Amino acid sequence: MQRIGVFVCHCGTNIAATVDVARVVEAAAKEPGVVHAEDYQYMCSEAGQLKIREAIKEKNLTGIVVCSCSPRMHENTFRQAAERAGINPYMVEIANIREHCSWIHKDIEEATEKAVILARAAIAKVTLNAPLQSGTSRVVKRALVIGGGIAGIQTALDIADAGYEVDIVEKTPSIGGRMSQLDKTFPTLDCSACILTPKMVEAAAHEKITIYTYSEVEKVSGFVGDFQVDIRKKARSVDMSKCTGCGVCQEKCPSKKTPNEFNRGLNTRSAIYTPFAQAIPNVPVIDRENCIKFKTGKCGVCSKVCQAGAIDYEQKDEIVTQNYGAIVVATGFDTIKLDKFDEYSYSTSPDVITSLELERIMNAAGPTKGHLERMSDHKPPKSMVFIQCVGSRCADKRGKSYCSKICCMYTAKHAMLIRDKYPGVEVTVFYIDVRTPGKNFDEFYRRAVEEYGVNYIKGQVGKVAEKGDKLLVQGVDLIDNKRILMETDMVVLATAIEPNPDVRKIATMLTASIDTNNFLTESHAKLRPVESPTAGIFLSGVCQGPKDIPETVAQAGAAAVKVVGLLAKDHLVTNPCVAKSDELLCNGCSSCEKVCPYGAISYEEREVNDHGIRETRRVANVNSALCQGCGACTVACPSGAMDLQGFSNRQILAEVDAICK
Amino acid sequence: MQERLVERAKELLTDGTVVRVLGWKQGDLGYNPEPAYFNSPEELADFVYDGFCGANLSKYMIQAGKMEGNTLVFLKPCDTYSFNQLIKEHRVNREKTYIIGVGCKGTLDIDKIKNAGIKGIESISQDGDMLKIQTIYGEKEFPFDDALLERCTVCKGKTHQVYDELIGAQEGEEAGPKGNRFEMVEKLEAMTPKERFAFWQNELSKCIRCNACRNACPACSCLKCVFDSNKFDSAQKANVDTFEEQMFHVIRAFHVAGRCTDCGECSRVCPQGIPLHLLNRKFIKDINEFYGPYQAGEDTDSRAPLTDYTFEDVEPSVVTERGGKH
Repeated sequence: MQRIGVFVCHCGTNIAATVDVARVVEAAAKEPGVVHAEDYQYMCSEAGQLKIREAIKEKNLTGIVVCSCSPRMHENTFRQAAERAGINPYMVEIANIREHCSWIHKDIEEATEKAVILARAAIAKVTLNAPLQSGTSRVVKRALVIGGGIAGIQTALDIADAGYEVDIVEKTPSIGGRMSQLDKTFPTLDCSACILTPKMVEAAAHEKITIYTYSEVEKVSGFVGDFQVDIRKKARSVDMSKCTGCGVCQEKCPSKKTPNEFNRGLNTRSAIYTPFAQAIPNVPVIDRENCIKFKTGKCGVCSKVCQAGAIDYEQKDEIVTQNYGAIVVATGFDTIKLDKFDEYSYSTSPDVITSLELERIMNAAGPTKGHLERMSDHKPPKSMVFIQCVGSRCADKRGKSYCSKICCMYTAKHAMLIRDKYPGVEVTVFYIDVRTPGKNFDEFYRRAVEEYGVNYIKGQVGKVAEKGDKLLVQGVDLIDNKRILMETDMVVLATAIEPNPDVRKIATMLTASIDTNNFLTESHAKLRPVESPTAGIFLSGVCQGPKDIPETVAQAGAAAVKVVGLLAKDHLVTNPCVAKSDELLCNGCSSCEKVCPYGAISYEEREVNDHGIRETRRVANVNSALCQGCGACTVACPSGAMDLQGFSNRQILAEVDAICK
Repeated sequence: MQERLVERAKELLTDGTVVRVLGWKQGDLGYNPEPAYFNSPEELADFVYDGFCGANLSKYMIQAGKMEGNTLVFLKPCDTYSFNQLIKEHRVNREKTYIIGVGCKGTLDIDKIKNAGIKGIESISQDGDMLKIQTIYGEKEFPFDDALLERCTVCKGKTHQVYDELIGAQEGEEAGPKGNRFEMVEKLEAMTPKERFAFWQNELSKCIRCNACRNACPACSCLKCVFDSNKFDSAQKANVDTFEEQMFHVIRAFHVAGRCTDCGECSRVCPQGIPLHLLNRKFIKDINEFYGPYQAGEDTDSRAPLTDYTFEDVEPSVVTERGGKH
């Protein structure tokens, strides 16, 4: 018979203000098997833990229930407390009466009733708990970084500097990411390339870093400490070991009509190309969809002009399989598509552009060589209108509910740079709010207004229409409470940013959770901001939420430290809550084997003794070192042979029964 | 046809290809043949194959596979889906099985004939599109198509999915009569939850827990059923309230989801006439809509939609949006 102790936490007023803890103690004390019940203000504090330890010893408790916050918060704390008092740490159950109860209810009566029910369920479960023992698993001393932008580069450099091997997988032909497309960076206005390219070079030259560009993660298996990853190296059609990066092939390539992705489609590129001059590696790729040789079989100009003989039309995709102890996601962002925002005439007028397109126009290496001009007639504009929050802070489903965070600052930057270089251009900014929390950010914005005479109007734009070679902007000024109708030469849209669309696929492969906006979810918003809830998966940069370059770099470093902390361990303690199959109930149907994401289940022919009937049966076998205790097999098993230790079918049914009682 | 089957079975028994034959033998009445083993050419005298041989023999092959020697089994086209599914689940031994795929024109529902007021039936034979029924009141006629089991009015095809040889059937034969298999499921989906609950309460309350559905179902082939095991509390839980059978049938439907080939045996054998196949068909319809058309038993090695994950898989939110009307 179990001797159970119940400990109800007030969590200050977090629980006690909504739940009558005394009544929870009273009700719990009446449950069968409960020999001790008490409450305390902070169960997780040293004094609270002492109460648990003393009760275990004095009352000879065999299992305990702590009614407190989420097990994700303090399950480990209480398990350790139980272990110190001499009972198995897996004889602890948590009833979450904070997140699941007090925080979401207002009525004390209802919340107390629910807390009692949750406590009863945990008591019913702990009654069926059995002591479990942890094992250990290895740590592969190598990290994978998915995404080669500034976030990925910084994370990789920091991990590599700590002495561990790092691989960067980048989808495009070069590392550099969004930052490589930017012209100047706020709030210091230093040139983006000047600060980024040295880091790119450093990463490429680092002996501990291997860079896979034009490559994608194809398959991930395994778990924290030992992930196995298949990386698809797409066929570049250029031999990296032979290419000297002279660029003749790109000059001579007769197919030059492909929209240039790096310049956001503002001009075109050749079919064989490097995205930009400082690309790393400086080895072009052949875009097979647009290459005449691949389309018609005729051409081969690049091969003829290549002195190094590096062109290889026969090259095939290659799969590299590698094991990693930790994986960092640094997949970054893109701007949203504007097809749902027809009111701004983006799709019809070439003079309505996004801010990222303006970055390319302003850039000396961009499509206009850095001259500010309209894309329709290549004339310099006399006036420009910037529209903030296009698709950000959007109330309807066309856009995003969140603030993209970087737009206020880069718009101030654009406005300032234009007024500085072209003082004759009138610049107007329509905004909802100007948000400048950051070191030297507000000063920067005020300079745009006060020193550079940028005209900021609080109000939104309802429509941009083409009128001759001009654009007609209709908006409102909320401060003067009047409608505004103004003509301008160019309109720049501060387009909302969203996570890279590939992130869904990657998150699925990694079993890392994502939110409704496709941003990867952190394990704890405040206390574990660079860790995914999935062990061994870390987050770097905008894939986790909108942020600017300084924040991205800081987070990249933080993610690197977490990775290094993991890789420095000799081994990891495994979770003993693993699946176990009852050979007498197993049909041998393979359902569990098919759903197991960790490849932990295999089948074998085994002689069984089924109540005197000896026969050889095909039965499931769980490798407990590989099993992560996800429980997928237990629900796939039609006969109920597969069960999860610590979360057995009987325990879960006992909880349900206790709740329904 | 029956003669051809017996003749071939005798040959295979005699030449030692198989040591037993699994088929159907004449029952007590003129319309209830039952599954049977035949261990010698002589025993085949009782062999019968007619429109009332609805019983799907594939499940018996789980047991037969464990016996000494090879077994000849006669499978109708839709029975072969069940057999394939059992191969996929490693429940039958293909090597020890010799399959004769038999042609099928549809199997019959005696209740449809009886409900038409034909009583005192002694024997039934087929004559073209009509059934000739000998009764103690004289000979009666009944249209063949009107006597078909519901499952045969929505026949999923006359093609055998697995066999060693065919008798009375051709490869790639076209499907028979084809109605909308999901007509009744759609009606149920259109109901309010209250109406739907009332429908199932009415139907399932007829259940006498004879276990015929479970025993006939080829997907219900666990060594030990959760309802018979003391490891779970399912059996007791299924008996706690007045609507006791909901647990049994709902759990059964969940356990066979994605594996059910829609052979219709559950409804055919139900002595209370409960349309049990509708529970399974709801799952099949949902699977088809969420993951693309899928027919369990069509192959022996694919990953079934419910035990597989692809990046194209439907999102949970979409399931909620499309999961029937509320």
